[in-house]
Amino acid sequence: MRYAAAAMGHDHRHPHAHHHREHAAQTIDFGAGTAGQHIVGLSQERVISIERNILSKNDALADANRKRLQANSVFALNLVSSPGSGKTALLVRTIDDLKGRYPIAVIEGDQQTSRDADRIRATGVRAVQVNTGKGCHLDAHMVGHALDYLPLETGSLLFIENVGNLVCPAAFDLGEAHKVVVLSVTEGEDKPLKYPDMFAAADLMLLNKSDLLPHLEFDLDVCFAAALRGKPADPDPDGIGPDRRRARIALRVDRRSRRREE
Amino acid sequence: MHEVSLVESLVALVEDERRKQGFSRVRVIRLRLGVLGHAEPEAMRFCFDAVTSGTIADGARLEIEMVAGQGWCSGCRLTVPLDERFASCPICGNAHVRLTAGDELRLAELEVE
Repeated sequence: MRYAAAAMGHDHRHPHAHHHREHAAQTIDFGAGTAGQHIVGLSQERVISIERNILSKNDALADANRKRLQANSVFALNLVSSPGSGKTALLVRTIDDLKGRYPIAVIEGDQQTSRDADRIRATGVRAVQVNTGKGCHLDAHMVGHALDYLPLETGSLLFIENVGNLVCPAAFDLGEAHKVVVLSVTEGEDKPLKYPDMFAAADLMLLNKSDLLPHLEFDLDVCFAAALRGKPADPDPDGIGPDRRRARIALRVDRRSRRREE
Repeated sequence: MHEVSLVESLVALVEDERRKQGFSRVRVIRLRLGVLGHAEPEAMRFCFDAVTSGTIADGARLEIEMVAGQGWCSGCRLTVPLDERFASCPICGNAHVRLTAGDELRLAELEVE
């Protein structure tokens, strides 16, 4: 999808080295020389200073999305994580818990298939699947189009589930209120150190699959400290401190395993 | 590899400029990328030919200037070098260093005719 758009209808699935020179040669038929050559005095060469952020187009579209969402009092979250962290399962459960209280809509991003959107629709809420093809992330343009297919009821929640990828989605504002990064405990506590951009971009981290903690060597303190690097202004947003935070997680794990035994 | 979409965005910016400034060919595209930023220069170079083919930027040379990481240490009241995004101050060890350079992702300049 994205390659085709960039290439203006030209098929790109071929080996590249020579074809592009052909392109350059075609362009040059209308110009004044051979590719890469320059004859002083015959051309109107000039240098233009631009100084624009490469992402400025995306950011402008993201701002438009944000205004559109705000105009309808829609609260949008952009869920990002590695593949397999449990984003969709978490979303399905969240929707089940909240759908009685808020209108909910979902945008699902994946390279292929509508499997995730199908899972969401099974909960009874509206979902649009965006297939990115070769793309490794959603961008503001795709989300803008997806919004056209959703009823954005006033006061509703919009969950945007990004393509599972802990690198690329960090750079792209979609117009969301917050990025939420989901980290599952089987991925290791050092993920925030290995992929700092994503954890810097996110305002909230959810630690998923925490019922597996007793079976793993996962250091919660190391994980929290790593995730909070680069966010010195607000090291303890709940104001509960590391000990109570640990206790709270332990309690949840305990409750879940008890529920499972029953 | 999000560098593909970054180069697509770059082509869109160049197309904007062509409309504003009226040129027929781009010889050189100069970028300024921060070493701690979101884009990998080698990945940008790798996909540049494929993405720009058939566009206004077809045949242009890509030049990338890398910008070193720098931060402001509130403890030392100095600009200090940073080699990772959230590194502590290399002088005093203070963790509260605000990134001031090295995050760039900019189209700096075009050479056109």
